[in-house]
Amino acid sequence: MATTELVKGVRATRSTIALKLAMATSGIIFILFVLLHMYGNLKAFSGHDAYNTYAEHLRTLGTPMLPRSGALWVIRVVLILSLVVHVGSAVALWKRASAARSTKYQVKKNVASSLSSRTMRWGGVTLLLFVIWHLLEFTIGKINISGGATNDPYNLLVDSFSGTSWWMGVIYLIAMLCLGFHLHHGTFSACQTLGLTNSAASRARARIAGWVVAIVIAGGFSLVPLFTIFGVITK
Amino acid sequence: MNLTLKIWRQADATSAGAMHTYPLEGVSEDMSFLEMLDLLNEKLVTHGEEPVAFDSDCREGICGMCSLMINGQAHGPEVTTTCQLHMRSFSDGDTITIEPWRADPFPVVKDLIVDRSAFDRIIQNGGYISANTGSAPEANSVPAPRDKAMRAFNVATCIGCGACVAACPNGSASLFLGAKITHLGELPQGQPERYSRVSTMVAQHDHEGFGGCTNIGECAAACPKEIPLDVISQLNKDLRTAIKQGH
Repeated sequence: MATTELVKGVRATRSTIALKLAMATSGIIFILFVLLHMYGNLKAFSGHDAYNTYAEHLRTLGTPMLPRSGALWVIRVVLILSLVVHVGSAVALWKRASAARSTKYQVKKNVASSLSSRTMRWGGVTLLLFVIWHLLEFTIGKINISGGATNDPYNLLVDSFSGTSWWMGVIYLIAMLCLGFHLHHGTFSACQTLGLTNSAASRARARIAGWVVAIVIAGGFSLVPLFTIFGVITK
Repeated sequence: MNLTLKIWRQADATSAGAMHTYPLEGVSEDMSFLEMLDLLNEKLVTHGEEPVAFDSDCREGICGMCSLMINGQAHGPEVTTTCQLHMRSFSDGDTITIEPWRADPFPVVKDLIVDRSAFDRIIQNGGYISANTGSAPEANSVPAPRDKAMRAFNVATCIGCGACVAACPNGSASLFLGAKITHLGELPQGQPERYSRVSTMVAQHDHEGFGGCTNIGECAAACPKEIPLDVISQLNKDLRTAIKQGH
C-alpha cells in the first residue's frame, strides 16, 4: 500500500476522518432515538392503559396532517439510513485497521484505553444482532414467546419477560450492558471526532458525558425487564 | 542483572522473521536499554553471529530515531524514548520481548528497524508553511497570541518517532498528524494553507495505509513527548472546516 508518491487531487470528503464524521453523526441520531425509546418504555410503570395509549399515540402522531403511522415512518427511514451509514463506515474503518497491521504483536499491552473502547466493534456487532431479534420480536414479526396474543403491546411486553420467560429478560439486560459499553466510548468518541474536545477540560467533560449517557440510557432501559422479571410490572 | 531477551529477527524486508531467545548476563541497571542491546551485540559478534539491527541516533531523547516495542509497550514501560529508558526499570531474571513497530506503512527493513519514510511523505504533502526566504522578517511584525504560541510549541515537540502508530490498535498515525496540524494551524504563519494542508496531509496518511482513529487514547499514553489527545480533536475539527470550505 505504501508508495513513494504524493497524493494528488485530494478530496477531504473521501478521507477516513470523513467516515468517522459520518459515524459520529449517525451515532448521535441513535442516541437521540434511544432516549426517546427509553422514555416510551418507562410508560410501562404507569400501567397497561398508559403504555398502550402511548403506543397508539405514536401511530396517530402528526395526524391528520400526516397519514396514520406517518411520523413513525419518518423516524424509521431516518434510522435505517443512519444504520446503513453507521455500519458501512464501521466496516470500512475496521477493514482499514486490520490492513494497517497485518503482522500482529507477540506481546501488546493496553495502557490507557478503556474496555468499552476496545469492544466497540464486536460490541457493535452484538448490538446489531440484538436489534434484528428485537425488531422481529416486537415490530416486524410480533413473536410472543409465552404463546399469548401479540396485538396488545403491554401484555406482549409482560409475556416476554415475566414468569418462565425470565431468560428473555436476562438476554435484554445483557444487551443493555453492551449498549452501555457502546455508548460510554461512543459518546466520548463522537465528541472527539466532531472536534469538540480541544482542551484537557473539554475532554474530561466529554468523558463524563459518556458515563452519563451510558448510565441513563442503559440503566433506564434495564428498569422495565428487571421490574417485569421480579413481578412488579404485571398484567 | 541477568535477562532473557526475546527478539524479532528478520534478515531483510522480504524474508520471513521469527522471535529468537537470547540469554544475557552482566547487565548493569545503569545501562540504557540501547546500551544493553549494544552489550548483546558485542557478545553476538564475538560468537560470530549477526548482531541485532536497531535504530538509534542522538541517544539523548530528542531525535526520534529509536523505536522498539518492549514488552508490548512502545519505548517500554516509562514515558520516554527507548534511548532514555534505563535497565533499572527492569528486574533481575526478567524476560523482555522486543519487537519492531508493527504497521504495514512502516515495513520492516531488518530485525527491529522499520522504514518510517511514510511520515516524511505526510510532511511533504502539506506539513509546512510557504514563506519567502531571504532577509529575516521583523520578529514583531506578526503577533502570535501567547496561549496559541504555547500550544503550538508544546505539540511541536513531536519527534516523529512513530510510537503513536505502534501503540494504536488501528495502526493510525492520527496523533502525529494532529500534532503537526495543531502546531502549524495555531500560528499566524500557518493560516493561509491551514485547510488545504489538513486535507492533503490526511489524504497522504490514508494513502500510506494507516488506519482510522477510534479515539481510544493508547497513542497519547505511549508518546514520549506527551502530546495530548486533544490534537486529534483539533485535526478532526480542521478537516471538518476543510470539507465546509470545499477542499
